[in-house]
Amino acid sequence: MRREIPIAITFIVGVVFAVSYFIPREPFSEFESQFGDWFGIIAAFAIWLGAMNLMKISIVKIGRKSPDYFYSILIIVSFLMIVFFGFFEGYKGIYADPQFSYRDAGTGFNWIYEYIYSSLSATMFALLAFFVASASYRAFRARNLEATLLLISAFFVMFGRVPIGDMLTGWLPDGYTMSGWANWIMSVPNTAGQRAIMIGIALGLVSTSLRIILGLERSYLGGE
Amino acid sequence: MKRTELVVSSLIVVALMICKFLLPKPLLFSPLVSTIVTILIGCAFLVIFILTVKGKPIERRIVFLVVGIALVFPFFMKVELPIRISPEVQQVYDKMSSLPAGSKVLAAFDYDPPSAPELQPMADAFMKYAFEHDFKVIMMGLWPQGPQQANQSVEAAWAYNPQWMPDSADEKVYGVDYVNLGFQSGNEFVILRMGESFKSMFPADLYYTAYDSVPLLKNIHNFSNIDWGVNFSAGKPGTVEWVQIAVDRHNLPMSAGNTAVQAPMAYPYLNAGQLIGLMGGMAGAAEFEKLTGHTGKAITFLLSQTYAHVAVILFILIGNVAFFLNKKEKK
Amino acid sequence: MEQFGIWLAALLTIGIISFLYKDNILYKACEAIFVGVSAGYWFVTYFWDNLYRKFYLGIQGAELSDQIFLWMAVALGVMMLTRLFDKIGWLSRWPLAFIIGATAGLYMMTYFVSNAFVQIGATITPPPSMETIGDKISFVLIAIGTFCGLIYFFFSKEHKGAFGGAAKVGIWFLMVTFGASFGYTVMSRMSLMLGRFDFLFGEWLGLIK
Repeated sequence: MRREIPIAITFIVGVVFAVSYFIPREPFSEFESQFGDWFGIIAAFAIWLGAMNLMKISIVKIGRKSPDYFYSILIIVSFLMIVFFGFFEGYKGIYADPQFSYRDAGTGFNWIYEYIYSSLSATMFALLAFFVASASYRAFRARNLEATLLLISAFFVMFGRVPIGDMLTGWLPDGYTMSGWANWIMSVPNTAGQRAIMIGIALGLVSTSLRIILGLERSYLGGE
Repeated sequence: MKRTELVVSSLIVVALMICKFLLPKPLLFSPLVSTIVTILIGCAFLVIFILTVKGKPIERRIVFLVVGIALVFPFFMKVELPIRISPEVQQVYDKMSSLPAGSKVLAAFDYDPPSAPELQPMADAFMKYAFEHDFKVIMMGLWPQGPQQANQSVEAAWAYNPQWMPDSADEKVYGVDYVNLGFQSGNEFVILRMGESFKSMFPADLYYTAYDSVPLLKNIHNFSNIDWGVNFSAGKPGTVEWVQIAVDRHNLPMSAGNTAVQAPMAYPYLNAGQLIGLMGGMAGAAEFEKLTGHTGKAITFLLSQTYAHVAVILFILIGNVAFFLNKKEKK
Repeated sequence: MEQFGIWLAALLTIGIISFLYKDNILYKACEAIFVGVSAGYWFVTYFWDNLYRKFYLGIQGAELSDQIFLWMAVALGVMMLTRLFDKIGWLSRWPLAFIIGATAGLYMMTYFVSNAFVQIGATITPPPSMETIGDKISFVLIAIGTFCGLIYFFFSKEHKGAFGGAAKVGIWFLMVTFGASFGYTVMSRMSLMLGRFDFLFGEWLGLIK
């Protein structure tokens, strides 16, 4: 019950998706469509599970007065704030005439999205710019042939993708300026390297998928 | 908080308040000031070089500061930069410009605010071009944030030509000229389901209007009714999934705009003809803006981008020169 | 409200940037708000876009069989939530098995076709547009690079002799690839920071035209 049914589910669903690629007809196509719908709905519950788990952990932390529990309070307050606006305005929008979406400009939900969520998430990822520069200064060394190739390639691409590259090499014939070299690196050696990686990953994925579908790989079921 | 930290934070606050309330707006450097600023940045690098060669590498916070300066100061300089179009961006434009008025275009906004500086300029330029050439645009997102980013590109088009706004002379009517199908979870399974039927995946649009009640969607059942697809993608789900299912399984002609991190991985698809053109990062966005004639943030930021690239290259060069000089000394 | 939003966004942006100096209270507070708002954002969007628009509106007027299928998906979804409770947590394996099986089945085919089969075809088939000698050299180089790169990833045979030589060439191609990716990564990260500085110096401080 705890292991056999999940293995059977994995097998049946996996086979349906694999076979329907070759036989896009009834009953496989019908099952493929229905399972496609299921995937989206289950994925939504998975997201809710994550959010609820976050709340559970935060509440426990506050209850235990763990160090830094103040941040758990902030997590809960900000979570509840956006959820309140999202549900309230979503509900209001459905019954309004004309209907509107909770995501529309002017809603509280969109306000939080624009001024809180967007600025926080965007800045969080943008910080990497500084660390990339710092790493370039401290760790990017042409220690051997391979590292030198990497460095030269990065140099051409970085120069070739901004106008200064062409401004500095404008005296060269057309196609041999920095942008020309950057284009060539991207469309020839980069394509070859990426393709080798791509094919390697694809073959690995096929074998892993087969192992999962056939029940040989069961680690996703956890212990017991 | 230590005393020095308090002083630094107070100084930053004072500097920002001066910027906010005392400096002229907008701030624009004269060519002379721009040159002086550039020379000063160059001098900073010279000092960094000397210190590094002497075996006293600078602290990471100084690197951060120099990068910050290299990014910010070009905002206030006015320099026209030549933009050369790369073949892959030209391909996107050629495909788009070959479409007749009334063509049905599927635009997938698969990104979130962190990637917006790279992808929003492409999306904005696309939307302006699409409205200008009377394409029928069906927007959607495999990322929850996608539909809001799509709405922002519509607003950008309205700001460009207010005549397209609701109740204006040349109004672009929602549901007739464009529609936002919103977001659905399920990553590639959403595309898979759309291959059979759009309606089954999106029973209603973003505003809960039933699929069949939207005039634009009347004759659109699946990918076979779409003339061209364009995907603005920041990762997974994104271009890879669209190529694998919509292009390879359902023959949808498709182009893509990717973040620069993702773009190199899309080149094999481009080479194999699975993608019709590719816009990579802010540079790709600037080229696309130039081709469409809609100058936006990508072109505006190109000078800052250039300074930042040069800064990183100089950091790499300084690090390496110091590395080799020290190696030689040790020998 | 818009002005207040801009000031708040500026404060939050500076709060995150302050991490560059060192970890501090303002950064941690911004981080906590980010976590809470993100979780809430996903929670709400998945409810309205999925459960309401896809499921609730989807079953309106649908055939009975379709309705039953959608209800079954919801039942599996609810089973996913049992993970929150220790005693019945094992029930969540069923929907998990579904997700794993569906992904494995679909990936097996899509990755094989698009990322292996088509790519191999494109590597060995000269494109019709190949006219100049440069195009021909590029085509051969891509074929050599792909082949040698694949050899490098083949670890079942020791990298010695001609095989080792090919693997070495493969590494060179891969290094150029990684260099290109690094260059693009720099471009990407700088663009993201530009976006934030544009907000701070443009929208907030009003210094940019």
